[in-house]
Amino acid sequence: MSKILVVTSGKGGVGKTTTSAAIGTGLALRGHRTVIVDFDVGLRNLDLIMGCERRVVYDFVNVINGDATLNQALIKDKRLENLYILAASQTRDKDALTLEGVEKVLTELAEQFEFVICDSPAGIEKGAHLAMYLADAAIVVTNPEVSSVRDSDRMLGLLSSKSKRAEEGREPISEHLLLTRYSPERVARGEMLSVEDVEEILSIQMIGVIPESQAVLKASNQGIPVILDDESDAGQAYSDAVDRLLGKEVPHRFLDVQKKGFLQRMFGGKE
Amino acid sequence: MNHLDPLEKAPVFQLKGSMLALTILELSANDPECLDAQLAEKAEQAPQFFHDAPIILALDKCAPSAEPLDIARILAVCRKHGLQPLALRSEDPEQLAQAKLLDLAVMPPSGARERPIGATAAVEAPAEPSVIPAKIITQPVRSGQQIYAKNTDLIVMAAVSAGAELLADGNIHVYGPLRGRALAGINGNTDARIFCQQLGAEMLSIAGQYKLAEDLRRDPLWGKATQTCLNDQHLDISAL
Repeated sequence: MSKILVVTSGKGGVGKTTTSAAIGTGLALRGHRTVIVDFDVGLRNLDLIMGCERRVVYDFVNVINGDATLNQALIKDKRLENLYILAASQTRDKDALTLEGVEKVLTELAEQFEFVICDSPAGIEKGAHLAMYLADAAIVVTNPEVSSVRDSDRMLGLLSSKSKRAEEGREPISEHLLLTRYSPERVARGEMLSVEDVEEILSIQMIGVIPESQAVLKASNQGIPVILDDESDAGQAYSDAVDRLLGKEVPHRFLDVQKKGFLQRMFGGKE
Repeated sequence: MNHLDPLEKAPVFQLKGSMLALTILELSANDPECLDAQLAEKAEQAPQFFHDAPIILALDKCAPSAEPLDIARILAVCRKHGLQPLALRSEDPEQLAQAKLLDLAVMPPSGARERPIGATAAVEAPAEPSVIPAKIITQPVRSGQQIYAKNTDLIVMAAVSAGAELLADGNIHVYGPLRGRALAGINGNTDARIFCQQLGAEMLSIAGQYKLAEDLRRDPLWGKATQTCLNDQHLDISAL
């Protein structure tokens, strides 16, 4: 039984592509056959984060237009057996995606893969709409900041009213909230919304809280999904989120201010 | 799935309003033979137009004549020339009775859309206002969503986010935090009220009188369970 999962947010720059790469890699690490599809036509990024930018020949739009077969366009990840990437086109725009085309490609992917991760573009227009239209589940990525929370709220409203499941009156898309760039220190200083604040405003289940971490930027620049960096707090937090997505009960970590030890205070440890 | 009650299945149809362009055949005299001949001539000029063309047969402009109009015969003439009469336009009770026998729909006469047609319509119009059930929402109302309870009350059993809008002709009840806008009595009902468990609204309005969050925030009842009603052109907020 395959599952189409959309990673979306409304607002840009909150970590949708980082999350798509991390969650997709995490699922593949756990033995699930997974494909990550970049819906951000014109602003292709997923291939960079996944470190496969030099191997893109055909893309999503080529497959929709029938210029290439799906198997020609799928890029196999070099690190993991079960992981594939379908890149977006960089030379086209969102109008190159059509509902019929997207539906055909996703249906075909769902036959081959256990998980189809749709990396949504920012906004609530055509690209974002098509990315979530056929989804079975959604991960809404939010930063602990009021404008991001409001945009996520808007996106949750669209997920419950403008998806295929909603239009056909089927069981609604299951919604999960992922809070990224969380900094317990700043929450303690009252500069940032807390996990409880965000949960209260959006009233949906929290699937993970990813701490603000230098490891994320480093991983992006190196083209290695941050979840593979299991030394880092962000990598571990993503790993927990994948476990929760698969139905495991895992306690949340990295929510409290880390007490600095004596030596760290003396010599100034890393942030 | 097959054992499901038909009412629980996904709807298999949709009702949609639409404006269609239809030809009206307006009869000016009760003369079937003449109609037959003249239609034949027209049909020869424009055979494409007459091929299965849906029409409405209008009798309201027909000059009174000694003989009663034989609608069945006129229909037969129309069909002979390829026209498909869908409905009758008339207000004559006798013609309406004939239309009923012929299973023909009836349209109100031109320029009289607002008038009730015949005696039957008058009987159908409900004189007593019956109870309209309140609109009940159990899911969170998200930013950008708008919910309107027409001619009735609106009950929301979940959170109403900032940027969401509740509209009701009647009262509004919110059992989660109310952070969006709530406009009760929007058709001018000054008796409408807004009830909520946690007041955090961007705007409250009753029958056009409103208060914005800027004022509401200063109210000692901000964040509490309140009711709001209109008292002499002024919104009164009191504790529940």
